[in-house]
Amino acid sequence: MTLEELEELARKERENLGKYKHKIMICGGASCDSLGSGTFKRKIEEVLAKYGLKDEVAVMQVGCMGLCGKGPLMRIEPEGIIYTYVQPEEVESIIEKHFVKGAPKEDKIITYDHPFFKKQFYIVLKDMGNADPLSISQYVAIGGFRALAKALTEMTPQDVIEEVKKSGLRGRGGAGFPTGIKWETVAKQNSTIKFVVCNGDEGDPGAFMDRSVMESMPYRLLEGMAIAAYAVGAQQGFIYTRAEYPLAIERLRKAIKEAERMGFLGSRILGTSFNFRVDIRVGAGAFVCGEETALLASIEGRRGMPRQRPPFPAEKGLWGYPTLINNVETFANIYAIINNGGEWFASIGTEKSKGTKVFALAGKIVNTGLVEVPMGITIREMIFDIGGGIQGGRKFKAVQTGGPSGGCIPEKYLDLPIDYETLKQVGSIMGSGGFIVMDDATCMVDVAKFFMEFCAEESCGKCVPCRVGTTVMKNILQKIVEGMATMDDFNNLKELAHMVREASLCGLGQTAPNPVLSTIMYFEDEYLAHINEKRCKADSCEIKEFDILSLYS
Amino acid sequence: MGVVTLTINGVECTGKEGQTVLEVAKENGINIPILCNLKGLSPVTACRLCLIEVKGMPRLVPACATKVQEGMVVETNSEKLKNYRRLIVELLFAEGNHICASCVVNGHCELQNLGFAVGMDHVRFDYLWQSFKIDASHERFVMDQSKCVKCTRCIRVCDEVEGAHVWDLGGRGLNARVIAGLNEPWGNVVECTKCGKCVQVCPVGALFEKGATSSEMVKDLTFLERILKGREEHIWVR
Repeated sequence: MTLEELEELARKERENLGKYKHKIMICGGASCDSLGSGTFKRKIEEVLAKYGLKDEVAVMQVGCMGLCGKGPLMRIEPEGIIYTYVQPEEVESIIEKHFVKGAPKEDKIITYDHPFFKKQFYIVLKDMGNADPLSISQYVAIGGFRALAKALTEMTPQDVIEEVKKSGLRGRGGAGFPTGIKWETVAKQNSTIKFVVCNGDEGDPGAFMDRSVMESMPYRLLEGMAIAAYAVGAQQGFIYTRAEYPLAIERLRKAIKEAERMGFLGSRILGTSFNFRVDIRVGAGAFVCGEETALLASIEGRRGMPRQRPPFPAEKGLWGYPTLINNVETFANIYAIINNGGEWFASIGTEKSKGTKVFALAGKIVNTGLVEVPMGITIREMIFDIGGGIQGGRKFKAVQTGGPSGGCIPEKYLDLPIDYETLKQVGSIMGSGGFIVMDDATCMVDVAKFFMEFCAEESCGKCVPCRVGTTVMKNILQKIVEGMATMDDFNNLKELAHMVREASLCGLGQTAPNPVLSTIMYFEDEYLAHINEKRCKADSCEIKEFDILSLYS
Repeated sequence: MGVVTLTINGVECTGKEGQTVLEVAKENGINIPILCNLKGLSPVTACRLCLIEVKGMPRLVPACATKVQEGMVVETNSEKLKNYRRLIVELLFAEGNHICASCVVNGHCELQNLGFAVGMDHVRFDYLWQSFKIDASHERFVMDQSKCVKCTRCIRVCDEVEGAHVWDLGGRGLNARVIAGLNEPWGNVVECTKCGKCVQVCPVGALFEKGATSSEMVKDLTFLERILKGREEHIWVR
């Protein structure tokens, strides 16, 4: 495929869709799909045929629209009306009312004026709800593969790296390492064989950013990987994701095939001498395989266990060759940087954290779903403007960012801007973008216990601090929750938390104590109430009566 | 090979380029506690006992896998490190069912020695008292899971020196176990050459010779150096 053919394809697709007066877009994200949105298309087509509207209205299954908590979603363009909570049995009546009787069902509709959408800024999620995830021509019609074409025909690999460096993009997997520097390091390695790996092993409970991107915009991810491969000089890429994401795997497989057929992947991409192939590797869902060295071990077919760094994967990665490893979201940002320039990207966000970040809003928040916001937005705006406040009108207590390895941020920091440095300062991390909101009925000790249980379960068992330390901490937290702990236990917990944080081998162990340390920092009174007064301040824990006879039974 | 100068605990030391901090410290009479590391086997950095502070590095690094560099300033025995080591040894004791009095290696045990070395007088944490299995299906040796510290020396010596790869790690987290073959009784694994290298490198009483009772099992590590030296000098090649 050449550049002219690309433009021609885009023009044809736009013309094709332009024929229709209306478009019905059905959300095909995993959340809406699991609620039955997969059956809508056939039903709608039947109704349209009945009223002879088939040539006027296009029916499309599109990517995730973001407001997962109100799904299944169905949008009608050009009116811009979104129907929420669409039940499979009422699809017919909605279509009838909308197109035949002319009165949209009022109570369940929202528009893009809804506060949930207003403060968002789309780069990664851009057009996700406007195009069929698997239609390559629709992706081209919304401007897809232009960045790849531009990089391959107008820029040298060094230019691409310079642009990414200028953008200030930082790794979206959690640690926030500057992406441009990482690319440069891999590019400089003296090796004829190099690899590009996409980390799609999203394991945080309550996080679904990467899944949505892989499901709803697979071509954008592939485009970003291809540009990265061009920049660092790789010819083979791997997408590592988990078996728990069957829809993402299915769509990625189809997308890779389709992209190879059209000449966007494979040999002689877009008529140039650049070759790049992508394969999918499916993990068994171990949380630790999101750690880069464990992930690489898993791709190689070995037990998914981390190893000591250095050497970093950029020097010695897959089978000992230099390997670039980035998160799904990082790759999904690349197209915009190449299209609009690094300076444009750097103008969004804060001084040290550029661009946007995708968050998965979850927990006791009204609008659960996927949001993309510019860096530097305050936590208050996230929760009360975009998120619509706390469920059931209860009081906000804390928000947990960054998944099980993040910390809990209390009410007094609501007005802090969200960026890598600020979150770190208050004892949490950006992480991959989990955002779990807790109300005043939540016991913070119980929260810490939950996350510690998760980490103990997911520890690989290689190093002692993480393997035994997390379990011992979990047991102490269990004692505290039950009201059976003493102050000695509490002090041991604190000492252990610091040791595990500093002595563990990989990121899993090093960050596992974060929920404990941050809740002790901000909610120590709750710990002390459990220990000294044998009561739970949030009234959610079952305090056991101490019975001396139980020692002898 | 070049020579590098570095400071360990305030003492100026010299080492060869390519050596690890652990090796250089040992040559200069500075003892860094180790458990998983064994000279001649690849480092796994799993026990985290040899962690050291290096000036200019944000994290603690394992001495067994850190190469010496010119002008490096290393601290191996700060209060923090001593405390962390003690905590790690305590965790190891809490994890397994280590009852020295009835153990085959009592008195010759590396974990016991570590306990003395880090000044452990009791374990602060509740013992986990997991239930473990003993595998006595092998004709010469016994594997007692309750004493295993997952140092993986047996796995590495079998794979890297003997070349049989009988052992591997199965399970996850606290349920990680050293397994024989495809998680089958050791005696059924036909790949096992019955050489006993794994038994000799085991730092604790998890692997021992059949028939040994309390305190009777003394391990001999000299074979490893002999074999590796012989290989280097090609003494077995005609």
